[in-house]
Amino acid sequence: MLSAIRPALILLALLTVVTGAVYPLAVTGIADLLFHDEAHGSLVVATAGPVGSELVGQNFTRPGDFWSRPSAVHYDAKSSGASNMGPLHEGLQEAVAARIATLQAADPEAELPVPADLVLASGSGLDPHISPAAARYQARRVARARGLPTAEVLALIEGHTEGRTLGILGEPRVNVLRLNRALEEIQPSP
Amino acid sequence: MTAHALLQCGVYVVVLVALAVPLGGYCARVLGGEATLVQRLLGPLERGLYRAAGVRPDDEMDWRDYTGAVLWFNLFGLLVVYGLQRLQHLLPLNPQELGPVAPDLAFNTAVSFASNTNWQAYGGETTLSYLTQMVGLTTQNFVSAATGIAVLAALARAFSRRRAETIGNFWADLVRSTLYILLPLSLVLAVALAADGVVQTFAPAAEVELMRAATGPEGQVITQQTIPLGPGASQIAIKQLGTNGGGFYNINSAHPLENPTPLTNVLECLAILLIPAALCLSFGKIVADRRQGWAVLGAMFAIFLPLLGLCVWSEGQLAPQLVELGVDPSAGNLEGKEVRFGAAASALWATATTAASNGSVNAMHDSFNPLGGLVPMWLMQVGEVVFGGVGSGLYGMLVFAILAVFLAGLMVGRTPEYLGKKIEAFEVKMAALVILLPSAGVLVGTAIAVASEAGRAGISNPGIHGFSEVLYGFSSASNNNGSAFAGLGANSFFYNLALGLCMLIGRYGIIVPVLALAGALARKQTVPPGPGTMPTHTPLFVFLLAAIVVLVGALTFVPALALGPIVEHLQMTGAHP
Repeated sequence: MLSAIRPALILLALLTVVTGAVYPLAVTGIADLLFHDEAHGSLVVATAGPVGSELVGQNFTRPGDFWSRPSAVHYDAKSSGASNMGPLHEGLQEAVAARIATLQAADPEAELPVPADLVLASGSGLDPHISPAAARYQARRVARARGLPTAEVLALIEGHTEGRTLGILGEPRVNVLRLNRALEEIQPSP
Repeated sequence: MTAHALLQCGVYVVVLVALAVPLGGYCARVLGGEATLVQRLLGPLERGLYRAAGVRPDDEMDWRDYTGAVLWFNLFGLLVVYGLQRLQHLLPLNPQELGPVAPDLAFNTAVSFASNTNWQAYGGETTLSYLTQMVGLTTQNFVSAATGIAVLAALARAFSRRRAETIGNFWADLVRSTLYILLPLSLVLAVALAADGVVQTFAPAAEVELMRAATGPEGQVITQQTIPLGPGASQIAIKQLGTNGGGFYNINSAHPLENPTPLTNVLECLAILLIPAALCLSFGKIVADRRQGWAVLGAMFAIFLPLLGLCVWSEGQLAPQLVELGVDPSAGNLEGKEVRFGAAASALWATATTAASNGSVNAMHDSFNPLGGLVPMWLMQVGEVVFGGVGSGLYGMLVFAILAVFLAGLMVGRTPEYLGKKIEAFEVKMAALVILLPSAGVLVGTAIAVASEAGRAGISNPGIHGFSEVLYGFSSASNNNGSAFAGLGANSFFYNLALGLCMLIGRYGIIVPVLALAGALARKQTVPPGPGTMPTHTPLFVFLLAAIVVLVGALTFVPALALGPIVEHLQMTGAHP
């Protein structure tokens, strides 16, 4: 039994070097060489510097911007988190009712039902996407606030919609940061 | 269930089997010590490791020595992870200057990673330095998975030997599994993930200017966002392949930097079940009857597919209480889910990650509909044998196969056999231990938690769902899964200790009887199949095996489930007929 102590210690130390140091360094080296931007957080860089990550959502509250999904961590990317509320949690029902009320206050003509992703919080709290339905739902409000024809805003959404990968995987979606930046180029928000 | 959800699940299963077939053959060659292409590349490294450690890979061990080696190796691994966490503030690669981890949390995390559970009572980006993540956790991700493969290899060999005292050499099984199976697969997957946006760098977090200044929860104006970085892809690849599941970030594979696209999602999700499925076919090859491997795999799919259907269907629904408020139910239950995955891919992941003892999540199981949450909970409770952990799932399932032939033998009144080995009192005793220990951990642990002040303090959801949170937590820890109904505030002295003990029992309380079983089986003579032998490669046996897993799981856990998700389902639907 005791004869196993020495090989256990030595193999643990050496396998730590192989799997805990050489392996991540090798992956970092390859990723740095071939996929530098992707491996560094897919930052969106403007002339002034990085203005966000394509993969990390931001919070938008102006009527002229498309709003992201509700977030349990207020899009603070230093952490990540969800509500973890079950479907019967009263807090969830109250929050959903309040979110619907906010949407209707910003656009009195907004009809029901509301796309689910717009009033239910994401898992990460950092979801960069909304569904195309959630984007279209906001089009009239955004168009009015920016003084643009609704049709133009709808066309912009269409152009920013990513389909399912290979037509099979995941769901269609719109990147909110990209969409808002594109909007800002056409017609800066007042 | 929509046609699209069905297509997505169908493609997943087909690709999984297509990849498992060649990998199964390859793993069998590696565990048999045969030459492979990777071995030609890394052979010198393998031999160097043996030389440094002073071991000879051909020196076979009996089951006692093998068990001793497993336990010493795992104990030292546990101590290293504990030490790294306690001392990380004094060590390099800590750009965010994180402090030492509290003793109870460090204990829980160390047990969690050594036992291949990867329960996370901590948030990665706010608690652990890059060094702790890499050297401590990534290493355990490899070697805890390799430990599982090694124990399985020992058990498989025991079936194929006759009148033998030895069951292999643990050091050789450990090193070969790590270098030739886990390392090359992880390297390929990690690079593929980084290509599609999973972070992999040693640079500190990036500061970016927000497009719009935002108001924080305390009314403060926020103009910047911190994008957390780190060596993510390398750890995420092995956490998926090694059925570990411990995320690089707090929110695991729901985090967009950990799982940014539907493509990374399907790759990570395939990696969950790939090795456990492949090892079934390796087993068939090692016992020189491939049909036996397919039969075990078939029984796993027979349980997996209906539960997958239930979970995907459930998450495609939205609670009537929310529909009434004016929410469109057509996209399903999106609370705690990401738009890029949607309800179907989230439910597929939840089923796969709990069928395997992986435990990574791409959506919050706590926010699933009651039946959608029941599926992952019950898959853990049946003992993580439907695919299960790398190696550990299959040795658990083989224990159920022994139980199945035993029960069939009782019915016709003759001594049962499995793969030519007579199953006698000792084998059945060990099998009973393997099945009863984790079940006891789940039920006793849950009972103590809900009966005590300290246990109830962690509950976040009111009513029935709060009970489900506790039941899920003990199911996860006792069966080494690691996923959670994450509303449970598990970073308390009580839960760190209680769940830590459950993880230890669920891992080593099983490994020891399984290796004892291997020792006993190896010593037995092989008997040729007679007219009364029940063949174990037929659809009848597949059905019997699946039925026994379901039956044991149902008999043990239906009362507890009835108090949790089943009542909650009735509450959800009953109020709105």
